[in-house]
Amino acid sequence: MEFFHEPKIDWMGIKWYFIALSLALAITGLISMVFKKGLAYGIDFRGGTVVYVKFSKAPNLDAIRRELDRQNVPGATIQGYGAPSDHEVMIALDLRTTTSSEALDQGRGAIANSLSSLFAQGEAGKLDFNNSSPQTVSDHLVAADPMGLSSKGFDTATKAYRDLADAIINFRNSPPRSGLIADFQELSSVPGVNAGVIATLRSDFYLSSFAVKHTVIVGPKVGKDLRQQALYVTLAGLGAMLIYIWFRFELSYGVAAVVATFHDVIITLGFFSLLNKEITLTVIAALLTLVGYSMNDTIVVFDRIRENVRLSKREDFVGLINRSINQTLSRTILTSGLTFLAVLSLFLFGGEVIHGFSFALVVGVIIGTYSSIFIASPILVFFQKRLPGSVMAARPKSYAREAVPARR
Amino acid sequence: MEMKIKGRAIFIGIVLVASLLGIIGFPKNFQELKNNVRNRIRLGLDLKGGTHSVLQVQVEEAVNITADQTLERLKDELKAKSIPYADVAKADDTQVQPPKHRILIKGVPQERVSDLQTLANEQFSDWDLSRVPGDVTGWMLALKTTAAANIRNQALLQAQNTIRNRVDQLGVAEPYISEYGQGDFELVVVLPSVDDPNRVRDIIQSTALLELKLVQDGPYSSRESALAAHGGVLPPDTQLLPGPLGQSGETWYVTNRVAAVTGRDLSGAEPSHDETGRPDVNFTLARDGAARFGRVTSANVGKLLAVVLDNRVYEAATIQTEITDRGRITGGFTPQKVQDLALVLRSGALPATIKPLSDEVVGPSLGADSIRHGVVACIVGFVAIMAFMLIYYRGAGVNADLALVLNLIILMAALGYFDAVLTLPGIAGVILTVGMGVDSNVLIFERIREELRLGKAVGAAVAGGFEHAFVTIIDTHVTTIVSAAILFTFGTGPIRGFAVTLTIGLLANLFTSVFVSRVIFDYVLTRREKGAELSI
Repeated sequence: MEFFHEPKIDWMGIKWYFIALSLALAITGLISMVFKKGLAYGIDFRGGTVVYVKFSKAPNLDAIRRELDRQNVPGATIQGYGAPSDHEVMIALDLRTTTSSEALDQGRGAIANSLSSLFAQGEAGKLDFNNSSPQTVSDHLVAADPMGLSSKGFDTATKAYRDLADAIINFRNSPPRSGLIADFQELSSVPGVNAGVIATLRSDFYLSSFAVKHTVIVGPKVGKDLRQQALYVTLAGLGAMLIYIWFRFELSYGVAAVVATFHDVIITLGFFSLLNKEITLTVIAALLTLVGYSMNDTIVVFDRIRENVRLSKREDFVGLINRSINQTLSRTILTSGLTFLAVLSLFLFGGEVIHGFSFALVVGVIIGTYSSIFIASPILVFFQKRLPGSVMAARPKSYAREAVPARR
Repeated sequence: MEMKIKGRAIFIGIVLVASLLGIIGFPKNFQELKNNVRNRIRLGLDLKGGTHSVLQVQVEEAVNITADQTLERLKDELKAKSIPYADVAKADDTQVQPPKHRILIKGVPQERVSDLQTLANEQFSDWDLSRVPGDVTGWMLALKTTAAANIRNQALLQAQNTIRNRVDQLGVAEPYISEYGQGDFELVVVLPSVDDPNRVRDIIQSTALLELKLVQDGPYSSRESALAAHGGVLPPDTQLLPGPLGQSGETWYVTNRVAAVTGRDLSGAEPSHDETGRPDVNFTLARDGAARFGRVTSANVGKLLAVVLDNRVYEAATIQTEITDRGRITGGFTPQKVQDLALVLRSGALPATIKPLSDEVVGPSLGADSIRHGVVACIVGFVAIMAFMLIYYRGAGVNADLALVLNLIILMAALGYFDAVLTLPGIAGVILTVGMGVDSNVLIFERIREELRLGKAVGAAVAGGFEHAFVTIIDTHVTTIVSAAILFTFGTGPIRGFAVTLTIGLLANLFTSVFVSRVIFDYVLTRREKGAELSI
């Protein structure tokens, strides 16, 4: 089986279309980044809110995850927390708010709303007791006045009910209940709670099977220093590759390969910005993979160019590059196709969590292959004429009749 | 030829068996096999979960240390500027309202007040100087609220970095350490499951404040007898520290309050052995510290020097001669403890003690659904690649698929060997490495096809194909390994993990595609009937 049989395409003749396309993509991406004030960093980089929830029986995490997805709760990570018999869950949310107390309230609200649509067996007009504050409970007690305290004056009654509500909520929150009661009758062991109080609670509240225990702000997993470090280390890696290629090929090959790889990263980041996708730790890993992949692809083509430069001493550089790309085209398409197949499978079947990762790779593989054919070689021609140590620069542009010693 | 192939085949067999044993060990039954695989291939936080600990950094200690240091510095400066004073001491901390940290200076003569004010402005800009009400010669330096807040935040940040360093050095991959809550100076440390959680906890939480201090006198057998020897009050600028348990029970030393050198002056610490073979930790000092240590030791030959770790004397030895840039800590450690001590000393002291608030098990951050999806995706990708190679290259496709499977086995074994933690993106990365690994085979096969098209004989075409493709493969692989080396050397945490996986994958790929594939081709060639076509 064979897809390509000795193609003869004039790649360099159509280079300007692709250079224009690359510039357009890169500039669009950069403009998007400027307008959106940088890239959208995920919870790994910015931190967020963590909500701890207790359930009355072992919760189905996948069902909760689907429900949060359905309600567009941003970037939730759900993990079991503590001993399995505690039925506790830790939900990390990616919230963009200005103040931290706002984020805490918002996180608590978002989770409570999402969960109540899953677990609420509440009746119309009733409140969820397991997620109510002492203030709410006390307000209802004051209104119903089950202990007949109104005769003692409003302030005394309010104070008494407030104290009682505090005691009730404390009881609810203390172990072994830890925030959840299953029956209002359990409250009868709280001093001051009589049948009337329980009847009032029963008429105004219902008991859900979950309770939001507490919410906490967490800092970023990746600090600013680590983010900068990732950038510097990647640049240093590109530098090291440049030196190696300079040593094995020529300076112009190294510069062309690094510029082409950089081009791939910029355009991929541009896509992330345009599509409002978040940069997470795994996306960074994907970008590093992309750098390696794109470099690999470019070097295969350059390697063939180097070989042809040594073998044929009377061909002009542009023609030689066309021939080299055509010779490696079959391999380029095959490898890229296979890698694309693997990456596409991750993108299609890998699920929501590695979506960012696989998206970066899908875009990266396409751009990486594209750049090693259409971008790296024109850049190589450009720098061949301008950087020292270039063998081809020493040859006349048209077919040279005299033999030029090949570089060894 | 046949002999050569046999030798190489045996070598490949050894690598395969060694890798398989690396993954499954020597299981006696299926259950043991499962356990071995589980122990060797560690799963990360996303696939398996781990521990979730909330730690509180006792930042007030860091402020106290600053106040103590300021007190010493103030005395030195007053002496240097020859400003007379009756007493300089920290005010008792009973006052809860800020400013909490105050230093009282008593008995400064009226004519030197302006000098004191200048000194405070220039050298102690984090502090406010004011008169003590009701005392004409009394002055008070109070730590500014903003400066104190700054010290606390710095301490939190430093603790976070130190803990991250220690976890990284332990080789626990992909930890997650971040600030927790607001304003309570808490950190959350989430680690994937480790073999020995107690040891990891000790390493993370030990303050590891190393100090070398001159001993004034001692050892005493109890705190009381030490105090009694000084008439109940320690001399100024000294402190009483507990020492190692001797044959006769406790020991106590009276040492200088100010250390000659501290852990900050270290440039390195390595586990080692002393002359008698007992484990100890050798440390080297950076230039400044070495100079200071040289001055102190040369001026105090014959006196006792105490090695103090976290306010406990581990060893007190007589200074025989001037010591400059190296020293050692002994104290009856186990080899494991020596390893850990060297590790925490290298990563630096925590700025304050750590109080654990909670320590809970957390489940995987990915749901069962997501994990299943990821695994399915990986398998689909892998199978698709293998199937394509078979269809496109027929006979040679079998060759490529064998190389691919071997590549995967070696990679898994190496990941287990390096204690790498496998996460879902990690698995995806592995599949990608495999995808790229196919590239080498494609390069070789395409080249062989080219040679065949040029009309070469089958044997020559295979040899030529490998030879030409080899140069390309070396260049692509070395380029990527060079960049992985940079990532590994200068990166931390996840970046390092990525570099390790990438490098192992590439090396395994070089072996399988260049060496193993060649052996298989050669074998096929020797078995081939003369003149038959090559299935490629």
